[in-house]
Amino acid sequence: MSALLEVSALRKSYGDRLVLDDVDLRVDRHDVVCLIGSSGSGKSTLLRCLNLLEEIDDGTIAFDGREISDPRVDPREVRGRIGMVFQSYNLFPHLSVLDNCTLAPRRVHGLGRRAAEDRARDLLDRFGLAEHVDQHPDRLSGGQQQRVALVRALCTRPELLLLDEITAALDPELVGDVLTAVRELAEQGTTMVLATHEMAFARDVATSVCFLHQGRILEQAPPAQLFTAPREERTRRFLRRVLPDVPTPPPSRSL
Amino acid sequence: MSSPAPTPAASPAATWAPSRRELERRSVRRRLRRRSVLVATAATVLVVVVLGVGLVTSPGWPTVQATFFSLEDARASFPTILDGFWLNVRLFLLAQPLILVLALALALARQARAAWLTPVRVLAVLYTDFFRGVPTILLVLMFAFGMPALGLQGVPNSLFFWALVALVVSYSAYVAEVFRAGIESVHPSQLASADALGLSRAQAMRFVVVPQAVRRVVPPLLNDFISLTKDTALVSSVALFDALFSARDYASYSFNFTPYVVVSLFFVVLTVPLARLTDHLQRRARRREQAGGR
Repeated sequence: MSALLEVSALRKSYGDRLVLDDVDLRVDRHDVVCLIGSSGSGKSTLLRCLNLLEEIDDGTIAFDGREISDPRVDPREVRGRIGMVFQSYNLFPHLSVLDNCTLAPRRVHGLGRRAAEDRARDLLDRFGLAEHVDQHPDRLSGGQQQRVALVRALCTRPELLLLDEITAALDPELVGDVLTAVRELAEQGTTMVLATHEMAFARDVATSVCFLHQGRILEQAPPAQLFTAPREERTRRFLRRVLPDVPTPPPSRSL
Repeated sequence: MSSPAPTPAASPAATWAPSRRELERRSVRRRLRRRSVLVATAATVLVVVVLGVGLVTSPGWPTVQATFFSLEDARASFPTILDGFWLNVRLFLLAQPLILVLALALALARQARAAWLTPVRVLAVLYTDFFRGVPTILLVLMFAFGMPALGLQGVPNSLFFWALVALVVSYSAYVAEVFRAGIESVHPSQLASADALGLSRAQAMRFVVVPQAVRRVVPPLLNDFISLTKDTALVSSVALFDALFSARDYASYSFNFTPYVVVSLFFVVLTVPLARLTDHLQRRARRREQAGGR
């Protein structure tokens, strides 16, 4: 079976600053790919490119066998099949939680009001938000808002979910709620690409982890391998900084 | 699109050349862009032609053309209207800075929290409430005819001066509210962090709040100033020889209304560049303060 998402030789720069350089990435259905790396390594930009929020400078992005980086492709059609959640929630403050979640299903996917609301209530219920359905987002805590944002993205039944450091703006005690929700999605086989600073989470949930450094995917491996026996010195240095308990592999294991 | 200019050898950009796929994509983008320019041009031409044809084929067009669009009358009335328009321009140029200063002062007076400034705050509220409520044309009539009659010492008694005062009084009440809205739209956390840095309230206003507020209200401010340029024509009601008065003068002895169209064009020519200038300033501010298009 062909990959759901296939990125090859992707390049993106803002003016003189090269943000993504020769990035290759393959995501199969039911994969959970975690992008790790320090801030400014290009994780967010990569996600934005995948959702066609940025025009790329070179390379190709294929989604479900079709090159979506072609200028003739209608980006809205692609985004109808890809969901995205942002670091700062980006909920619409003038709409209730329910209306946030039914906006795209009704206006973009042509679902009836009843059907859209049933679907939204169902998902909100599953993520423990049933009692907040009629409230406005600003009344909720950060963790609740981010779960609403997740539900909003899921309500369109995307084939691929892009999560951009969705716990980075949350208090530590609220991170757990959101990660539990994502973990549940992963267990149900949702295909996801997520940028994250939560290493423990990446270790548990990812099928594959990519370490980005200066706009390149320096190393990609299953978490068991990448976290215990990273191949690259830079990866090791990064992991030592974020996970002080990472074992230093014996020199013979390194390339 | 040419390939990037050569950069120092260490830069990765120097070694990169766009792939064949990317070049293909660029040519597709170019083609799409060309097509959209073509569509835009065709649509515009079509709309203009349809509107034009609709206008000149309407039954009363010949009469309208003779009374409103007579080239001869336009030419004949042009010099006096130009003279009159200079008065409108002078009114506008004098009134605008005065309005800005007075309005900002009023807005700040309404924001004052110190106990001893309470009378100032109350006066500011009364001022804006009252002068926003009175039609500008009445203010012009009352100031221009009433104030000279007071025989005040030390102030000019000309109609021009008091018409100017009327415009400033009326517009400063409006613009003060625009400033106030801008000041109140600055998030309270900005004041909190100014407080936390030890700034006094006046300093916080001066260095933190007002600069942000002013930038935010530039579009509505410009809107008010365009309105002001037009309302300078109200001084024709007190027999000041501005553009409108000159036009009316001409129209009433020639029975031709073309001068009114000429006056309108004068005002349009004055206001359109103002609008473009503000657009430009806004874009520049946005580019400088917000990360690219996020």
